Amino acid sequence: MAMRSLISERVSCRSSVLGARWMSSWWRNVEPAPKDPILGVTEAFLADPSPDKVNVGVGAYRDDNGKPVVLECVREAERRIAGTANMEYLPMGGSVKMVEETLKLAYGDNSEFIKDKRIAAVQSLSGTGACRLFADFQKRFHPDSQIYIPVPTWSNHHNIWRDAHVTQRTFHYYHPGTKGLDFAALMDDIKNAPNGSFFLLHACAHNPTGVDPSEEQWKEISYQIKAKGHFPFFDMAYQGFASGDPERDAKAIRIFLKDGHLLGLAQSYAKNMGLYGQRVGCLSVLCEDEKQAVAVKSQLQQLARPMYSNPPVHGALIVSTILGDAELKKLWLKEVQGMADRIIGMRTALRENLEELGSPLSWKHITNQIGMFCYSGLTPEQVDRLTNEYHIYMTRNGRISMAGVTTGNVGFLANAVHEVTKST
Amino acid sequence: MSSGGHGSATDRRLNALFRHLSSSARMDPQQLNSIAASPTSANQNDSVFSHVVRAPEDPILGVTVAYNKDPSPVKLNLGVGAYRTEEGKPLVLNVVRKAEQQLVNDRSRVKEYLPIVGLAEFNKLSAKLILGADSPAIRENRVTTVQCLSGTGSLRVGAEFLARHYHQRTIYIPQPTWGNHPKVFTLAGLSVKSYRYYDPATRGLNFQGLLEDLGSAPAGAIVLLHACAHNPTGVDPTLQQWERIRQLMRSKGLLPFFDSAYQGFASGSLDSDAQSVRMFVADGGECFIAQSYAKNLGLYGERVGALSIVCKTADVAGRVESQVKLVIRPMYSNPPIHGASIVAAILRDRDLFNEWTFELKAMADRIISMRQKLFDALRAREIWYIAGTPGDWSHIFKQIGMFTFTGLNPQQVAFMTKDYHIYMTSDGRISMAGLSSKTVPHLADAIHAAVTLVS
Repeated sequence: MAMRSLISERVSCRSSVLGARWMSSWWRNVEPAPKDPILGVTEAFLADPSPDKVNVGVGAYRDDNGKPVVLECVREAERRIAGTANMEYLPMGGSVKMVEETLKLAYGDNSEFIKDKRIAAVQSLSGTGACRLFADFQKRFHPDSQIYIPVPTWSNHHNIWRDAHVTQRTFHYYHPGTKGLDFAALMDDIKNAPNGSFFLLHACAHNPTGVDPSEEQWKEISYQIKAKGHFPFFDMAYQGFASGDPERDAKAIRIFLKDGHLLGLAQSYAKNMGLYGQRVGCLSVLCEDEKQAVAVKSQLQQLARPMYSNPPVHGALIVSTILGDAELKKLWLKEVQGMADRIIGMRTALRENLEELGSPLSWKHITNQIGMFCYSGLTPEQVDRLTNEYHIYMTRNGRISMAGVTTGNVGFLANAVHEVTKST
Repeated sequence: MSSGGHGSATDRRLNALFRHLSSSARMDPQQLNSIAASPTSANQNDSVFSHVVRAPEDPILGVTVAYNKDPSPVKLNLGVGAYRTEEGKPLVLNVVRKAEQQLVNDRSRVKEYLPIVGLAEFNKLSAKLILGADSPAIRENRVTTVQCLSGTGSLRVGAEFLARHYHQRTIYIPQPTWGNHPKVFTLAGLSVKSYRYYDPATRGLNFQGLLEDLGSAPAGAIVLLHACAHNPTGVDPTLQQWERIRQLMRSKGLLPFFDSAYQGFASGSLDSDAQSVRMFVADGGECFIAQSYAKNLGLYGERVGALSIVCKTADVAGRVESQVKLVIRPMYSNPPIHGASIVAAILRDRDLFNEWTFELKAMADRIISMRQKLFDALRAREIWYIAGTPGDWSHIFKQIGMFTFTGLNPQQVAFMTKDYHIYMTSDGRISMAGLSSKTVPHLADAIHAAVTLVS
């Protein structure tokens, strides 16, 4: 073909016509990036040929057979959707219906803020996308502000605010001694931060520690944050998953709303509706009035447009189909309760197993902590031993995803943990 | 104390204060003073975002917003590039419905997180689609392909990678280009310059201007190229012109970044529409390619696309991929699974793939026939000029792809919207996909009025 001979002629003249730059890549200086500490665990797990391997790494729910779960309410919603909906672009702010239902979950079905249209809200790419949009928004409108992030936190939080070029600081959260909340230090950090700082708070089921403030502690935190004029940004990735009851899990947010905070909130359906790969979530910012909410929403859309234009429709359709139908919503609530209950059961089982093995350490924290994760207190070296000797995969900070624990593997897991800790 | 029940905001704050004072001795007087003294503990509930002003509507998506608000029964939306049938309805392709059914019926499917780079099978098939199944670059493992959120997401991720790892932070974009391009690149951290592209006088390509501007770009600069069906003009270089562009770019070490949003939609042939990209890859050099399945598979709202980076060696491709993951993770962690699963189901199945090529050709053919009908309608109304300049409107069928760059000016566009309820972008771009035989006369009337009455 004429085309081919045209090209081969040129190619043969390559080195003479085009410079030496031709010969090497533009990217020869690109370093290989380190593996993501969380997602890299699953990669390693998948590559392991051992039949006894256990994955308690990434926080994705598994049933008691260790299998991923698609909720029945989701299957039914998908059946209804398939063949009926078109795939037109959503508006930049996403599905209005889905956002409405999502706000009700967090702010309350009869929330005055929803009635008064004071919430600027957009559909987001799950929790990550909501946090990133907010971080970009924070940078754009408060370029000199800083974000206070709890220690420890989900590792990607640091990446998100870093890529948004927002200065990061940390505040005390987890107390390694008690394996609980370091409340006094936390309160000090809030007081000592410059007025008007931004604080990242996990609404429930803190990731990775599973340590949540009590209701009383939340009230004090709320009070102190208000006194300092700080901005509270909540990341709520586990509503429903912590206690089994979404209303209960929204307690912290409701306390803050009652105290008059104009908060920001990232919500995700990855875990509580099992929609992980669909990337469905919502970012909301409570404003003074409707006019301001309109302005803020328009600016959030300005940030979404050059990132992905508009969010994906499928997952949003599933959410609005379920939450918009009384029967399906009831089914969902039942299934969420079921998932939370299984995890609570596994916490008890793991702790009892360890105690029965005669472990010299205290394992109370396994049942004190809440949500998907247990911050075991294992050291990185102990975690490595678990992986190398027992083919048990978890992140090196000792975080165990309880969702990966089953009646089938809890004994094996307890035994392995006992073996690597008994001489501590 | 408040009287119980739902108190005012002030009551709630007082309550909180009293509750705190009475609950413990933890608060010492000094702390109380510091609280009272804080300026932010005043009565008003100031938002930290009260200075945020309302942003203007997106120039393209805002057209649909305005269209939706219009109650007129004769309104016509020729704004956003979304395909419509002869009946003016959105279209879900048959192959897509079939693929969807397959997915729904497959109970073994789960909704787990995809890897950061997306669905592996989708990535491989997408690379083959744009580069050709026999591409040496693929055979030699020199291509890294990552699933992204349609064309926009692919451009943004690619641009962020370049801003971090490439020595040249300037990207040259054609004049004009898709309205969202400058924002995507700017927010990614690149600086944006333009090169001449469209010639308003000929309503065709300003080839000399293009060569001059690319010729004077600094060595190594990034150049955005529309792979086919240039948006908004519909003006594409010929193959011979592409070859000249390729030579020039390679001689200056300019880095090509292709935006391929219309493969198969332009000419009706997937392979023909990929020629420009394949030409560059065939010479062994490196390039970036952003692919979108929004239009050609009608998957608009599912946000399916892919970023391919063609590198010199497999080793480089591996390292590049690992760094691209670091861009994606803090943006959205991993891409949405649904749309990519549909695409993979179609591309991997010989029958579905063939059926797709027929449906694609039918869409492209309908658009071509709309071009002809509009041209005939304008000729019938004896319109021999456009915005004050003589013109025979032949550009309507010379241009290619979804859009026609009419040459109408913003005043004429505003007139057409106000008096004829025709919605389009103010640069005079109309989406032919939004036209039908029934609505062509209305559009022709509107254009006639605009060129006659408005200058």
